[in-house]
Amino acid sequence: MEEKENAIRVENLTVSYHDAYVLKHVCLTVLPGRLTGIIGPNGAGKSTLLKAMLGLVPSNFGATVWRGKLLSRCREHVAYVPQKSQIDWTYPTTVWDVVMMGRVKKTGWFRPFSHVSRQKARIALEQVGMLDYINRPIGQLSGGQQQRVFLARALVQEADIFFFDEPFTGVDYNTEKIIFDIFKQLAVQGKFVLVVNHDLGDSINNFDHLILLNKTVIAQGEIQAVFTEENLVKTYGGKINFLPHKNFLAEGRSNDLELDNRALTI
Amino acid sequence: MIWNWIIEPLQYSFMQRALVVAVVVGAICAVVGSYLMVQRLALLGDAISHSLLPGVATAYIFHVSIFLGALIAGLLSTVIINGIKNFSKIKEDAAMGIVFSSFFALGIILITVVQKENKIDLNHFLFGNILGVSTGDVRDTIVVGLVVLLTVILFYKELLFYTFDRLGAEAAGLPVIWLDTGLMILVGLTIVASLKAVGVILVLSLLITPPATAYLLVNRLHQVMWVGMIVGVISSITGMYLSYYFNLPSGPAIVLVAAGFFSLSFLFSPSQGIVSGYLKLKSRVNI
Repeated sequence: MEEKENAIRVENLTVSYHDAYVLKHVCLTVLPGRLTGIIGPNGAGKSTLLKAMLGLVPSNFGATVWRGKLLSRCREHVAYVPQKSQIDWTYPTTVWDVVMMGRVKKTGWFRPFSHVSRQKARIALEQVGMLDYINRPIGQLSGGQQQRVFLARALVQEADIFFFDEPFTGVDYNTEKIIFDIFKQLAVQGKFVLVVNHDLGDSINNFDHLILLNKTVIAQGEIQAVFTEENLVKTYGGKINFLPHKNFLAEGRSNDLELDNRALTI
Repeated sequence: MIWNWIIEPLQYSFMQRALVVAVVVGAICAVVGSYLMVQRLALLGDAISHSLLPGVATAYIFHVSIFLGALIAGLLSTVIINGIKNFSKIKEDAAMGIVFSSFFALGIILITVVQKENKIDLNHFLFGNILGVSTGDVRDTIVVGLVVLLTVILFYKELLFYTFDRLGAEAAGLPVIWLDTGLMILVGLTIVASLKAVGVILVLSLLITPPATAYLLVNRLHQVMWVGMIVGVISSITGMYLSYYFNLPSGPAIVLVAAGFFSLSFLFSPSQGIVSGYLKLKSRVNI
């Protein structure tokens, strides 16, 4: 299929909550085979954008279309990993149970999980390095392990479209590397990988495409083209009290600087 | 000796009926209550049980199934709550408070008005009377018990996904609205089936206390259900015997036994218990 036709298109997506806009006329194109990051300050509507694209929150108008259909009608092709804070980590369940949830839809109603499904879950757990933790209650995992389990759940869904909401919150360096490696593998396989990211440090270089969002799209495209000082100022507001030093952006962004809301606002 | 103590009352048919109801109600309350507990909806169980009362009373007046009456009352209260929420600035929790308490009040008035001529007792609706169940009650309870358990078994994997991660389940394409509605219908059915045993006010205890007891002991949802079922069934049967021998109201007796189990679990659970935690700490310090 032609790449342009296969793209996910967001047209004019607008979401409001209690008379305030969360997203305003968002227009986007997400391409397959790319690792796409969504960045922006707190309250920019990044999580809402993912949910609205999937129809998990109601939008005032606008639509998200993929292969000529609304994306919310193609959910069997989607794997979505919510923000860590939306999960109840005291729920009585184990690593294995959580990963098998990724096979529920594929298994279908009134059927037990097949041998193949179990095998796929084992492979995914192996891939994220969590095979030794199968029987561990999820409440006893570290932040990085929790994210890896949810990544394994997304993998066994065998989706075409992967949405991750802040998968790098509270993870160690090792986990971050594992997760990015898997994201890249998915991209190579021609999947859509859309990641809400909070950290503007070194790791940002792992992305192919970036979407800069603050209620509306400030910029989108290849990372080299859009990750500029001008766009960052536009995205994170005019109240910046320091900026990446001059060469930071030009020299391949090899700085350890972390831009987040606290650092940027007075 | 103790054997006689257990067997002797069972020669009465009212005790046999009570025993069946105790087992079924103890089991299904624990299973359905596990879902309420993990979703942090424990108090919703209380609210629902209160709102069903006028439906049950009306069913008595018109001699129709109390399950039908309860279903209508449940639907009606939900519609009114949504109406208040959508057409005023009152929030959902306040709307629930208003509607559920009004329904409860209406139910009490209806029962008070009709109780003499129908030979029913308001107290039995509020606090249960397991020793007074009829053959028809036993049949209804068994049918509801089978429906509830079968539904949970058939939809277990979907309900686990949905109650653990609603957004993830919805994003994966599960019909979460139907799962939610189905679960609430199960809660309603279970509550109505439990009315005879523990009454509308105390049913919350059988829904929440056994799963909470189990939650401190085991780590997976189906284990919580199994252990909760055992705790619930033993509590119901023990409460029934206490009621028989000491002439105590059955509902409160059942509830206190369940609370006793919870206390034991709270204090002595190997992994979560207060006392066991203290002992572990102490032995580590000694070494």
